[in-house]
Parts: sequence; structure tokens; C-alpha cells
Amino acid sequence: MIKREHTGNVIVAVLLGVCALLPYFVLSAAWTGFAINILIFSLLALAWNITGGFGGMMSFGHAVLFGSSAYATAMLQLHLGLNAWLAGAVALAVGALVGGFIGALSFRYGLRGSYFALVTLAFAEVFRVLASSFTVTGGGQGLSLPLGRELANLQFASRLDNYTFVLILVLIALAITIAVRRSRFGAYLIAIRENEEAAKALGINTFRVKVLAMTLSGAMAGTAGVAYLQTFLFVDSQIGFGTVMSFEALLGPIIGGAGTVLGPILGSLVLHTLGEVARESIGGAPGLNLVFYGVVLLIILRFLPDGLMGIFKPRSRAQAKPEGK
Amino acid sequence: MLGLIVPAVLNGLMSGAIYALVALGLTLIYGVLHIINFAHGSLLMLALYAVYFLHVLFGLDPYVALPFMVAGFFALGYALQRGVISTFSHGKDSNILLVTLALSIIIDNLALYFFTSNTRTVDLAYAFEMVEIGPAFIPLPRLIAFIAALIFAGLLWFVMTRTRTGKAIRAIAVEKRGAELMGINVKHAYAMCFGIGTACLAAAACLLLPTFYVTPQVGYAFVLVAFTTVVLGGMGSFVGALVGGLLLGVVEALCGLFLGETLGQIGIFAVFILTLLFRPAGLFSPRGAR
Repeated sequence: MIKREHTGNVIVAVLLGVCALLPYFVLSAAWTGFAINILIFSLLALAWNITGGFGGMMSFGHAVLFGSSAYATAMLQLHLGLNAWLAGAVALAVGALVGGFIGALSFRYGLRGSYFALVTLAFAEVFRVLASSFTVTGGGQGLSLPLGRELANLQFASRLDNYTFVLILVLIALAITIAVRRSRFGAYLIAIRENEEAAKALGINTFRVKVLAMTLSGAMAGTAGVAYLQTFLFVDSQIGFGTVMSFEALLGPIIGGAGTVLGPILGSLVLHTLGEVARESIGGAPGLNLVFYGVVLLIILRFLPDGLMGIFKPRSRAQAKPEGK
Repeated sequence: MLGLIVPAVLNGLMSGAIYALVALGLTLIYGVLHIINFAHGSLLMLALYAVYFLHVLFGLDPYVALPFMVAGFFALGYALQRGVISTFSHGKDSNILLVTLALSIIIDNLALYFFTSNTRTVDLAYAFEMVEIGPAFIPLPRLIAFIAALIFAGLLWFVMTRTRTGKAIRAIAVEKRGAELMGINVKHAYAMCFGIGTACLAAAACLLLPTFYVTPQVGYAFVLVAFTTVVLGGMGSFVGALVGGLLLGVVEALCGLFLGETLGQIGIFAVFILTLLFRPAGLFSPRGAR
């Protein structure tokens, strides 16, 4: 039983490793750009996975963390003239703070399940309206960074350098995920997902664990925001706080396997690759890729409720999983 | 000052009645199935397009279309719950949430593809007729919408409390296993409930379109208001949705009056987040109950 899961992990790890090396040998610049996209979404997916996957706190507004950091980096650089590296580091802290703040507020009042999904969605929406209403945040136009393709500006001379940078971030996020999975903290989180009352009864400070998870997730989603901004040098309220980004955050983990280590990355890779193939074959009208993502999500929920990583799980356990409330 | 506030409040009440109708559908589904239907706004958008095309292609007046729309959307809702939502989610709560989210994304973007993002409105002869109420002039269709929404809510209340179907649905909401043992067909009742909730949207769409517009994104604005209404009134509470809807309509109108159009929305979100945080079970419920 354990062996099968282990084999699955090895197979997926090798597959992902090979894919990660592709841009260095085969792919064209355009495809490398596409690969960068996948990596950024993987970062976001890994962030969602900490709270949504391990902790079972389903957020429908993870864009709020992504967007806060992207906006923070951009504003610090544009308005205060801060160095990009420093701005990026501060922005991570901003993401962590926003995550911790939303978490503390929500969990202080015992929100969970659908209510938590709603409140995160509402926060993302508030931030979106605010970001599009003020001049500091660029209003409806959004913020653009001036072009300065030097490492000192955290901008990259070539696509491949950019790719390497984001790949390193993903590897760090992956290492954090593995560390969480193996730590006592991770065990607490999983215990909370399975049965919060029982976890509490066993003496786990569930509030603290959940807020910490949101903080960590905020920093990781913030990394995705910073990486996005430094790659595309642009952010607006729709990209930063729109529902599409929140949707992207949960698609990877759900499709790949929420609460697994490699699932979120696998999910993002498979989803976007399929999406790209579909676009090449049907043509790229606006919104059609999202229709496609929605359909993939439905199919996964119907036939592989544990995600792609669930293939490697023994069947009996997948079906005997208790209903989450 | 009063001359400004009274019309704003009256106008707010008119929009509030529609919010209440949309929220009634949502709260009904939540109260029984214990799921938040994220596709609710998308289904409203779909209903608005249906009313629009019935008018443009067949010359059907929105008010005449109402009974057909209600019947059609009841069937659609029934089929969605029975055919898609229950089978695709395996009955797990978190998965139901995701299935409705996926449905909403699919419906919204298909609408964007087929109908484009153009704003569409219908031209009706009576759309600009005004009714004088005290110091305010209210457009006739909005007054009709207000009254019709309240009648529809009354009808819904009658169905839920006085008919066998309504009683069965309420029995399941209270005690699913027990109701099942009494011989109630739970799957059928769930689908009936989803159907009725969706039918509310069809009615709202018919009442809304004469003074409103439709775009693929239109449902999104309504669904957030509806979530707020439902949370404000207490999830699953019938009276709560009604009062909450009217209240929010007024809040929005007053915020719009004092803060301007875009920030007026913030008023609703503020109410939303504050209620979720401090009284997640709604304004009218005993504290702590969930």
C-alpha cells in the first residue's frame, strides 16, 4: 500500500524533473515563456496546497495574497524607488501578513468550510475594487515596471535566466512543502483537516496552527506574485485580485491531488499543457481556456476525486475516505 | 436632504426586492443541501439572456415570458442537481462547492464566447413610465418588480410550508436520515429544491431585464450581493433572505449616494465581511448557532 504510493511519487518526480530540464535543451523561447507561466502557477498551487490541501481550508480567494505581494513590489519600486530585491522581500512579508490577517480574522470567529471560502472570495473582491479605485495602485490601468533587464533590478536578460530564477523559487517552495509534510506542524494541519474537534480535544492549538498555515501560504503565494511581476513587469486589479487567479490557485492542487507534495505541480503542468494543446487545435477565443479548465475540473472530481496522484493510491482507501464537513 | 434620501431609500427597496428573490433561491438551496451554490449568479445571467432572446427573437414581453421561464429554469435546475452536481461530487460537501464553482466558470465563459461581452438591453414602451410616490419618482417596471418579487416570495413560502413537496424538503433539511426512513425520496427532493431555487432566478431575470442590462459578467455582481444577503439573513432562513435583501438594497443605494458608484459596492462587501466575522449565523439567529 505504502509502496504503491512511493512508486507513484518516484514516477511523478522523474517526470516533473525531465519536464523542468526541457527548456535548457529543447524548447524555444516562446515555449520557455510558457514554462515560466506554469512554474508561477505551480508556486501559487503549492501555496494553496498548504492551507487547502493539508489543512482542508478551502480558499476561493487566494488571489488576494498573490495580488497583494505583486502590488506591494510594484509600489515599493515605483513610489519609493526601492531596489527590486528588497521590494520583493518586503512584498513576501506583505503576503504573509495579509494571509495571517485574513486567517486570524476568519478563524477567530470560527469560520470554516463554505464560510471560509466565501470570506476569502470577499476579501479578494474588496482588494480588487480598492486597487482599481486609487491612483497609488494605478487605478484601472494597473502598474508597469520600467524596463531594466539587469539582475540588480531582478529582471532577466534572457527567458532562460528568468526560467531558472522561477524554477529555484519552485524548488524552495517544494522543499518547504516537504518539510511541512514531515513536520509536527504538518501533522497538526492534517489532523485539523480530518477532524478539527478531535484535534482540539488532543490539545492542538488549532487556531494558531491554522493562522500559521495561512501566513506561510501567504508568503508562498506572495512569491508567485513577485515572480509574476518581475517576469511580466505589469499587474492590474483583474490579474492581481481577479477570480481567475483564485481559480488557478486551487485548480493545480485539486487536479494533481490536494494534500500531496507533488500533486499541485503535476496538476498545473498537466492542466496548462492540455489547455495549450486545446488552444492550438480549437483556436484561442477569449475565455475558452477557462471553459476547458472547468471541464477538466469536473472530470477530475467525477472520476479521480483524489486528483491525479490518487491513481497511485489503493482504491479501497480512496473510497473509504470520510466525508468532510 | 430628505428629498435626496427618500428617493434613494425607495429605489434601494426596489432593487432590494430583486436581491431578495435571488437570495431566496440561494438560501433555499443552502438550507436543504447545505451547499453554497457558486453557479447561482451564472444561472441568473443565463436566465437574463434567455429573457433577452425570447424578447428579441420572438417578441415575447418579459412579463409574459415569466411563467415559461420559471417552468424552464425549474427543469434546468432539477436536471443540473440530479444529473451533474450530485453525480460529479460523490455527495462530498467540499466537492459540491468545487463542482458549482466549475459550472459557474464554464457557463460564464461559454456565454462570453457565444454572446460576446457586449452589453444588451431591451427596449420596452413602458420602461420609462414613472410613478410618483411622495417626493420620489419610481420607474413603473421597478415598482412592478418590487410587488411581483414579494408575491413570488409569498408563493414560495406557501409551497414550502403548505404542500407535500415543501414539507418533504423541509423534513430533509432538519433530519435527512429520518426523512429517508419515512419514505421520502431524498434525491428527488434535493433536485426539486435546486429546481425551485433556480426558478427564483428565472423570475428575478424577467422582473429585472426591463430596467437592467445583460452581459456575461452580470451574474457575478448579483451573486456577491446574494451571498451577502444570505449571510446577513442567516443561511437557510427564509424571512432573513427577504429582510436582508431589502436592507442591502437600501445600504447600496445610500452608499452609492454618499460615496459614489464604484465605492458604493464596498459598502456591501463591508457588510458581508463584518457579518461573516461577527454573526456568521445571521442577524436574526441566537448567537453562536450555526
